[in-house]
Amino acid sequence: MGHLAAPLDELIAEYGPHLQQEPPGGFAARGAPERKVQTHCCFCGQQCGVTLLVKNEQVVGVEPWEEFPFNQGKLCPKGVKRYLQNNHPDRLRTPLVRSDKGFARISWDEALDQVAERFQRLQARHGRDSVAVLSGASLTNEKAYLMGKFARVALGTRNIDYNGRLCMVAAGAANLKAFGIDRAANPWADIANTDLILVTGSNVSECSPITVDYIWRARDRGAKLIVIDPRLTPIARTADLYLPVRPGRDSALMNAILHAVIRLGGIDQDFIGAHTHGFDAVRDTVARYSPETVECLVGIPAHRITQAATMWTQAPRTMLLHARGIEHHTKGVENVLSCINLVLATGKIGKPGCGYATITGQGNGQGAREHGQRCNQLPGARDIENPEHRRHIAEFWGIPEPELPGKGATAPEIIEMAQRQDIRGLLLLCFNPLVSLPDAAFTRAALERLDCFVAIDFFMSETARHADLILPGSLHEEDEGTVTSTEGRVIRIRQAVEPPGEARRDWQIICDLARRLGKGEYFDFDSPRAIFDELRRASRGGTADYSGISYEKIEQQMGVFWPCPTAEHPGTPRLFEGGRFSHPDGRARFHAVDYRPPAEDINEEYPILLTTGRVVSQFLSGTQTRRIGPLVAQCPEPRAEMHPRLAAQLGVTEGALVRVVSRRGDVTLPALVVATIRPDTIFIPYHWPGEQSANRLTQRAYDPIAKIPEFKVSAVRVERVVA
Amino acid sequence: MTGELFIDPQRCIGCRACEQACSECPGHGGYSMIHLDDVERRTSVQTAPTVCMHCDEPACASVCPADAIHKGPDGVVHTAMTERCIGCSNCVLACPFGVPKYEVALDLMMKCDLCYDRTSRDLRPMCATVCPSGALFYGMRA
Repeated sequence: MGHLAAPLDELIAEYGPHLQQEPPGGFAARGAPERKVQTHCCFCGQQCGVTLLVKNEQVVGVEPWEEFPFNQGKLCPKGVKRYLQNNHPDRLRTPLVRSDKGFARISWDEALDQVAERFQRLQARHGRDSVAVLSGASLTNEKAYLMGKFARVALGTRNIDYNGRLCMVAAGAANLKAFGIDRAANPWADIANTDLILVTGSNVSECSPITVDYIWRARDRGAKLIVIDPRLTPIARTADLYLPVRPGRDSALMNAILHAVIRLGGIDQDFIGAHTHGFDAVRDTVARYSPETVECLVGIPAHRITQAATMWTQAPRTMLLHARGIEHHTKGVENVLSCINLVLATGKIGKPGCGYATITGQGNGQGAREHGQRCNQLPGARDIENPEHRRHIAEFWGIPEPELPGKGATAPEIIEMAQRQDIRGLLLLCFNPLVSLPDAAFTRAALERLDCFVAIDFFMSETARHADLILPGSLHEEDEGTVTSTEGRVIRIRQAVEPPGEARRDWQIICDLARRLGKGEYFDFDSPRAIFDELRRASRGGTADYSGISYEKIEQQMGVFWPCPTAEHPGTPRLFEGGRFSHPDGRARFHAVDYRPPAEDINEEYPILLTTGRVVSQFLSGTQTRRIGPLVAQCPEPRAEMHPRLAAQLGVTEGALVRVVSRRGDVTLPALVVATIRPDTIFIPYHWPGEQSANRLTQRAYDPIAKIPEFKVSAVRVERVVA
Repeated sequence: MTGELFIDPQRCIGCRACEQACSECPGHGGYSMIHLDDVERRTSVQTAPTVCMHCDEPACASVCPADAIHKGPDGVVHTAMTERCIGCSNCVLACPFGVPKYEVALDLMMKCDLCYDRTSRDLRPMCATVCPSGALFYGMRA
């Protein structure tokens, strides 16, 4: 309910972030584990298999799980050190309530009674939709399903959304428009078997390191690599062709590549005729985007654009991969569609070693967007505004269809509604919006206006510090469940240890809360398996059909690719084989995309483009990774990355402090002066809070369809800080 | 398993999974025997991991006044023997790759032993197992 419950330094002293450097008792005392648990990393969407080592009911280390086919033992530094989040001194172990002097312990009964009573009081006074739920894409499928059902059935609010809004929604919306389904079209094994890989807007070397291995396996066979990125990333350094696109100009560049492909006669008329709709409009549109016309706009010489088109045309099989670099835009959906247009026009999809994928960001970025915690979605990737889908799920849940709320607000809109006090109560799980949403000053002001803010978390995130009640939930390794990896492969998360102290599993907290809200009959689950069984049945007949998947089948097959509609069905690693797409008529859709400028472009006052992203040793808002000592040591603080030419203009040398100023705020950071970024662009990683937060600079400008924020383009000025 | 460690800096993405994995070793927990360098960060993102070369004629062993460093019949140059090492750091100065480390707390020289605890159980060294780009590769010479 507002300002911090205690001075910030006191909260940090008590709840962290502190750094955990070693396993319990130190390395020397570790000794042999008592048991080994094969599970997955808790961080990104690659979902690498790992073996957690357990001793004295504590996670004490990690072993590569070499038999798991996706990563075959390979790990990034986060995967190696993820175990240090367990037994952490910052771990929340009891329910906490805001008091005059910081947070005080209360019992679970008191805490849950208070939550239910306060939410019910707000809903009685301000309407059911005045209480919102914000959840996350690191949750298991079971929990994601439960959160959607909890919001709609127990709270009866339409306002539930998740932090995948900052991640997968642009790609998801575009995939749905073009293909009628939202999933990577190909398994990652197809990357290793292709002839040309085009990576655009994805720093795979830092954000999805295991994908690098697939790329090199293809290159060992002679495949070529094209990388499009404003920064010369570690994978771009070795590319056959590197196109340093100017931030915010991706759709113009992709249109120009397709223009050049058409000029080279590279399109597949048979495929277009047999399997698609709408190519004529795309051809007419891209006719205006010759490489020569756009070269100044996109910042890449025309002959390089043509070279990309030539390579694409000459390669028998191609794989196009993209991630947030083209999606975090006010035209994120259009950028993705411009990529899909190239793939469809050349018929390069639905074949072994040939296709397309968006690289999921969050651990369950795929599954968490399928089962109903998104504001417009019901389980099975159903549409909450489709009368037939609504009837089906209302009947399945045993509630009258009119009682099933309609489409709610998106995550950034929920924060804006809190600021306007249209939303009065908030339940937050697995989301740290104060660090991850754009315009952090606004987010903070909005949180402070809430009448009742309840956070379920395992550590006290920067956002949770503002809560009225904090309920200690469970870490990844403290619960069972499933997630769906970037490939669309449903895999098993295994419990290694029990939640410590009074901490409880998230699903148990939610079910208890539902009982107190008088809806216990709909939440009578005794295990994640019971929730999965309901999810599986709820998804039957939907696009994301999990009905033929069981925990046992996942273990036997090392994961099952959805759709998997029957117990006998082996799953579907590759979509669109034979050119059959998921729209009712089986055809894919082209969408003509005209380039639009970013919401905020540079001018004399703010002459430099800012783009934000990740470093390999940190993950998202850093709630976990900023507490792991060896990961923090790898990159202790954000730096403002800039080209030596820009640095010279500013009179800045390596390591000197610079103030970066946008229309929203400013940050002061050391400069990282490197020639591996465009001279008109600076880069700041976004994992840090407060005065180091890149999101003090970013803006609340959203894609009109997906509502994803434009993290990748802000106009800033950079000033030398005079000591 | 008696293979060799191959390094392909071309593939290195600078992620430091090798260092982090090395520091998980029971013998030198918290310390990495691998180091990873930016080649010239101002102009490039090229990084290079340095691991022990297990030299045919190891400089570390030849300068050791206490005869504490031995190369085994399997070609692995081992960490100094605790009972012999006098902590003189001759090996630290002699190694042209900067591999041996003198650990003050233990008064002992330490270096990569190619994960003897793993290779003796037919597992690959930890660094080459986790390396996500294949910059470090453990296997047999073709």
